[in-house]
Amino acid sequence: MKIAVVVFPGSNCDVDLYEALHTVCRADVEYVSHKQKSLAGFDAVMLPGGFSYGDYLRSGAIARFSNIMPAIIEFANEGKLVFGTCNGFQILTEAGLLPGALKQNNSLKFICKTVELEVVNNQTPFTSLYEANEHIKLPIAHADGSYYAEKDVLEKLEENGQIVFRYAGENPNGSLNNIAGITNEKGNVLGMMPHPERAVEALLGNEDGLRLFRSLLANGKKTEEAAR
Amino acid sequence: MINVRIFVTYKESVFDPQGETITEAIHSLGHSDVKQVHVGKFFDVQVDSSKENVEKTISEISEQLLVNFNLETYHYEIMEEA
Repeated sequence: MKIAVVVFPGSNCDVDLYEALHTVCRADVEYVSHKQKSLAGFDAVMLPGGFSYGDYLRSGAIARFSNIMPAIIEFANEGKLVFGTCNGFQILTEAGLLPGALKQNNSLKFICKTVELEVVNNQTPFTSLYEANEHIKLPIAHADGSYYAEKDVLEKLEENGQIVFRYAGENPNGSLNNIAGITNEKGNVLGMMPHPERAVEALLGNEDGLRLFRSLLANGKKTEEAAR
Repeated sequence: MINVRIFVTYKESVFDPQGETITEAIHSLGHSDVKQVHVGKFFDVQVDSSKENVEKTISEISEQLLVNFNLETYHYEIMEEA
């Protein structure tokens, strides 16, 4: 399984994502510049956190116009795995690959701390190694992480099991329904505000994010074996 | 050249934490008659086009870029013909 980590101007968690996959998981991973137009040869694509295009206009709004974006949209529509964390999540909503939007935190502050999450849905290719309703801890670091969607959209997300991660206990940013991470209807695109790539080594204090990458790699391996 | 000002604001259903905080500050200035403040943004756009076409241009750029309809709504004013 070959994974692409897309680098936009202003991405700053691209190295964290790359190292989580390369050094910790020993996965086959490559950086892909926003200038490129193809994702040929890749089985999954990851959009890192950061401040792409300086967060101008709205977080993630300008990244939608990068050269690589049509390839990411096509990739998602083919049912291949797409993952976005933090700014990556914002980009996925701006590009219309995930419903709703992320707005300024209710506190109006940039929040950087570890929060408790509930794994609401472990029946996704990204979360299969977590227990159902397991509580984990992951860091968040964002100013625009308050999830908003219209009532009918929220109802649909709840009904379809598209809410994958929810803030457990304190809701740090005012996200509706305590939403921290969602998938698209098909379940092949996941966006989340917390940073699993910053929690992959016990030495650094937390490895609760590791199983997200391991789930993805295990599912990729299964798909490859089935194709043989 | 036609000057257009496009206003983008949160939809009614969306909580505006900046507006809320500013309202509280205004109350501490003693203006308890101010009941609500909503914060938005505006874009001043110069369009080299005819009056007939300018509205089409403005709606297209608003709908495709300047406004996120999940959260926001917009209106515009044609300021003057320079």
